[in-house]
Amino acid sequence: MVHNSLPLQWRKYPERYYLRGNYCENCKTSFFPQRQICPNCRRKGKLVEKETPYTGKIVSWTEVSVAPFGFENETPYFLAIIELENKVKILSQIVDSKKEKIKTGAKVKKLFRKISDIDPEGAIAYGYKFKVVD
Amino acid sequence: MAGIVGYGVQVPLRRITVEEIARVWKKDGKKISAGIGVKEKAVAAFDEDACTLSVEAARKALETAKIPGQKLGAIFVGSESHPYAVKPTAAIVGDAIQASPELMAADLQFACKAGTAGVQICLGLVKSGMIEYGLAIGTDTAQGRPNDALEFTAGSGAGALIIGGKENEVIAEIQDTYSFTTDTPDFWRRQHAEFPQHAGRFTGEPAYFKHITGAVKGLLAKIKMSPNDFDYAVFHQPNGKFPKQIAKSFGIEEKKIIQGLITPMIGNTYSGSSMIGLCSVLDIAKPGEKILVASYGSGAGSDAFSITVTKNIENKRAKVPVLEMIKEKEYADYAEYAKHRKKIKGL
Repeated sequence: MVHNSLPLQWRKYPERYYLRGNYCENCKTSFFPQRQICPNCRRKGKLVEKETPYTGKIVSWTEVSVAPFGFENETPYFLAIIELENKVKILSQIVDSKKEKIKTGAKVKKLFRKISDIDPEGAIAYGYKFKVVD
Repeated sequence: MAGIVGYGVQVPLRRITVEEIARVWKKDGKKISAGIGVKEKAVAAFDEDACTLSVEAARKALETAKIPGQKLGAIFVGSESHPYAVKPTAAIVGDAIQASPELMAADLQFACKAGTAGVQICLGLVKSGMIEYGLAIGTDTAQGRPNDALEFTAGSGAGALIIGGKENEVIAEIQDTYSFTTDTPDFWRRQHAEFPQHAGRFTGEPAYFKHITGAVKGLLAKIKMSPNDFDYAVFHQPNGKFPKQIAKSFGIEEKKIIQGLITPMIGNTYSGSSMIGLCSVLDIAKPGEKILVASYGSGAGSDAFSITVTKNIENKRAKVPVLEMIKEKEYADYAEYAKHRKKIKGL
């Protein structure tokens, strides 16, 4: 996704820069990325934009040895499904953390990092990664 | 009244020791390390740059200031390693901390003193009533040519200061500032050049020492104070040796500069250098204490500040002090350092 068109990247800045998701005021559920309609309440749902918390815990993780295009030089790296404090689950890279600390239940916090910078003359894609905090 | 209402520092996790760099170039690491007064330097990871360091430092500054990003009226990012030649880092930082769109923003460049230049601009804007709060950041992922003297010290880090004017919010009042600038070719990097050039020993006496001396003397004459009226002093720290020498020349005791002397542990963070030093002093300074700050930027100039800590500091200190934060580290060998800093061809 990060190597896609500039307008697509630009539209995702609120999501990638400060985890802007949305929240249904009817069923009190948070979503990330944003939903167009609330899957629980359908037409009765009332979605408003809302930032998700920057901290959470690892639900599941994996070590990537064979990376997709653009990430080849980063291997081995860690990917994790993280449950944020508002129960929203997101997928993110885990960086700046020792392997033995990356485990289910480990507390993590959001960082602002470069996601892709493979074209020296292209635009840099910034976004979120997470690190384990003690 | 106007001054600092919040502060934040970001230093990358990785370090490389001076001895490890010296090992690769078959030099005497122990001797070099002792000579320049630097043990190791912070290394930005492949996915970090002056912008990502700025965002993290800015977020911490907003946290200590206890204000949301939307309240910022201006952001100035000073660096000599802006990720883009054309496209402002300040606009990216502004978006990432949700300060956009009602925001004055610009990137600054003045070698190692672009961060303090931003502080001066914010101070002027706050005092004139044009903005309520301004954010000034000094940030760098400094470039050092392999096997050059600068490679031992060129580090990475960012310091962010939020300037405001409310008496119940200011944690450190900036009484006055004074700048000293001349055209001195001691260090430069030409357009499209990957690494900077420097004029060796010429970077000392006619550059660093002359300009800081000029700025500090000018400031002290203006505010009728003497060097010994200050409890702490922070000078730009290209290495661990120069700040001690300049302090000695003013008759300032070494114990007054130690708290703000961070370069021995993380290297020279260029635009971040004196800002990070000041943040470390704010971590422990007591109300009423006075801090003298003088940055230095090659090319050349120095900005001097007279700062007095207020009682508001007691409930607005950083969650993690600078000296504590930099203890979290991971050592990289030269090969790993070359990979992260993209010194290997093809990366």
